[in-house]
Amino acid sequence: MYLCRRCVGFLHARLMPVKAQNWGNLGYVLPLAKLCYLKQPTLRGFPQGYQNLSQRKKEMGQSCGIRCLADQQATPHRQTSDIFEQKKDSNDITTFKNSNLHHIASTQVSFPAYLDAVPCPSPFEEISEQDAIQITVPPGLPPVTFTLRDYVDKSETLQKLVQLGVNLFKLEQRRNVGSMLVRLDFQGDVSPRLFFLKDLGVEDTQLGPLLSKNPFILTESLENLQGRVSYLKSKKFSSEAVAAMVSKAPYLLNFSVERMDNRLGFFQQQLGLSAQKTRDVVTRLPRLLCGSIEPVKENLKVCELQFGFRKNEIQHIVSKVPKVLTANKRKLTQVFDFVHNTMGVPHSLIAKFPQVLNAKFIRIKERHLFLDYLGRAHYEPAHPNYISLQRLVSLPDDVFCTEVALVSLKDFERFQKTL
Amino acid sequence: MATQAVRLFRKLDGLFAVYKPQGVHWKLVRDTVETNLLKAVNSFSPPAPQCMVQFQVLPSGETSNSTNLTVTASKLPTLSDHHLVAGPQFNNICVGVGHRLDAFSSGVLVLGLGNGNTALDSLYRSHVSRDYILEGEFGMATNDFTHTGRIIERSTYEHITQDKLEHVLAMIQGANQKALIMYSQVDLHTQEAYELAVKGMLHPQYKSPPILTGLRCLHFQLPHFTLEVQCVNETQKYLRKLLHEVGLELRSTAVCNKVRRTRDGPFKIEDALTHRNWTADAIIPSVTYFHRTTQKIRKNDRKAVNHLWISVSAKCIKCIVYNS
Repeated sequence: MYLCRRCVGFLHARLMPVKAQNWGNLGYVLPLAKLCYLKQPTLRGFPQGYQNLSQRKKEMGQSCGIRCLADQQATPHRQTSDIFEQKKDSNDITTFKNSNLHHIASTQVSFPAYLDAVPCPSPFEEISEQDAIQITVPPGLPPVTFTLRDYVDKSETLQKLVQLGVNLFKLEQRRNVGSMLVRLDFQGDVSPRLFFLKDLGVEDTQLGPLLSKNPFILTESLENLQGRVSYLKSKKFSSEAVAAMVSKAPYLLNFSVERMDNRLGFFQQQLGLSAQKTRDVVTRLPRLLCGSIEPVKENLKVCELQFGFRKNEIQHIVSKVPKVLTANKRKLTQVFDFVHNTMGVPHSLIAKFPQVLNAKFIRIKERHLFLDYLGRAHYEPAHPNYISLQRLVSLPDDVFCTEVALVSLKDFERFQKTL
Repeated sequence: MATQAVRLFRKLDGLFAVYKPQGVHWKLVRDTVETNLLKAVNSFSPPAPQCMVQFQVLPSGETSNSTNLTVTASKLPTLSDHHLVAGPQFNNICVGVGHRLDAFSSGVLVLGLGNGNTALDSLYRSHVSRDYILEGEFGMATNDFTHTGRIIERSTYEHITQDKLEHVLAMIQGANQKALIMYSQVDLHTQEAYELAVKGMLHPQYKSPPILTGLRCLHFQLPHFTLEVQCVNETQKYLRKLLHEVGLELRSTAVCNKVRRTRDGPFKIEDALTHRNWTADAIIPSVTYFHRTTQKIRKNDRKAVNHLWISVSAKCIKCIVYNS
């Protein structure tokens, strides 16, 4: 912390020759930048790199600069007298040409005598009250930083966001989001949108995670948001459904009405489902309205042509497990290939238990091979020891072992280590 | 006073073994283990927020009717250490991988935690062998020696008997024994070398190609057969190629259906963790179980380094004596 202007000037006068010694060429120019950055930033003559340096020095207060200049002690490593004389004469910065700088760097000139006459005040000297009040305290906040930790104690917006449960750590790693959040005004920007979300029916505990995933909802205009909600309500989505959709897919209200309309129309037309069923599917998986249509088209084509499901079977699968539309094509194919070809389960049975297509491949494989080894791998309903696909896939490991395979968990683990 | 999270983090130190499932890249295994351990270590409640001195403009002191505002210093809790602002307490845990397994193979994979990663280096330098079980099938040859590759050739295999297979395996074993003796750089005419060979303690010094120290047929039923192999410096592709060459020697072709590592040095398959146990609850007891083994690995490495120094310095002394 700075104690008084005099001691600051004294410290700088002491430090700069040391810096000049250590940094060579740069050192000659660094104190120059400090000295010359006095009043107006007309630094036309300066090389570009040093302007940043001088901007950082700006924080230290211009008064320090003036003091430094006045209190210089004559040392043999100081700059040439030319600059000093110019400074002494006029307080405006004159344009220094580059050649001048280089000239400065290369020459070593002895100091003029008048500088010796100015006595350096002791740092322990008491100063008057007016002088003390004129000391400018630099702000604690850095102008440029890489983390929001430096600002969170001073910014009301950031504090309220943390209290809501927004994960600032995750958000500040995204480009430009940190600056956007710092510039927001809580009363003007954030609270109207929070009230809007509350009116929509989004729960308080969900607001934090929602904003962590989509902070750009705070910069979307309220008319747009209300327009999109009224569009969804016009399509006969109930208010609870709209609230659930916004919680599950935080980016939903950032998309335009035309885009949402386009997607809803596509799903209704492609899947061939009734309006109510389409609404159900979209309510359960609202990110269908956010993402691109191409992967969904491809998945539908895969189901129809590659797997060989009929239209009504696909409709049943999608209405039961909408995730099949956005699943990874390669993983879906792997699971279907194993279930249909290796386990020998027909299409009708897979369509009856579509959660099999959503399960992890390794789980299905291990459990089927275990049942096969035990001789209990019967999946057709007609068989007396029939095991339904739903039980195969959804039960946890210990329940599966005791109820379906009728062995202990240890045996299943031993079998897993032989695969 | 260390928090619960820090105490748990300090326990994550040492080596343990994991059973890598087939079809999974080893890096995915390592990342899953790291993610699960981080979840466990970050699951504890965060410490209370620290207090920082902040300057506030408040109405000054004693008399209530004075309206002067003064700058007062007070200690207030700060939000900059809150877990939503500063992030989780632990961002990464050093998890290292021992001898790697490619995606087609399954079996014992040694992982190291924290300071145990230095023991992994010792494990690399030590001369431990690894046990594999290879399942093959006669009648096909593919481009990558597995049954999922593109078939290049088909052939008959009815002429193959277990006798002929044993003969071929004996031939391969003989060639590998000769290579082992050559790469272990011992003169077999000396008594010490003979004793080492009898005990089975010969191993290649420095770099060598893959060498099989043991090979036998476990199961034979045409067209399927199973081999058990003990080897050093191997890769799984080399083992699959071995099966292919066995097929060629028998005037037929063979592909590999499965490569399974059952032992990696002192780490056996019974103590490896299956994928439902890749959590801190099961990993910490496993690390404690292998603590002695890890210490032995480190001790052996230090002894080996000392021997190396002694032999190098002995060579230097010999040179000096010879020259002077």
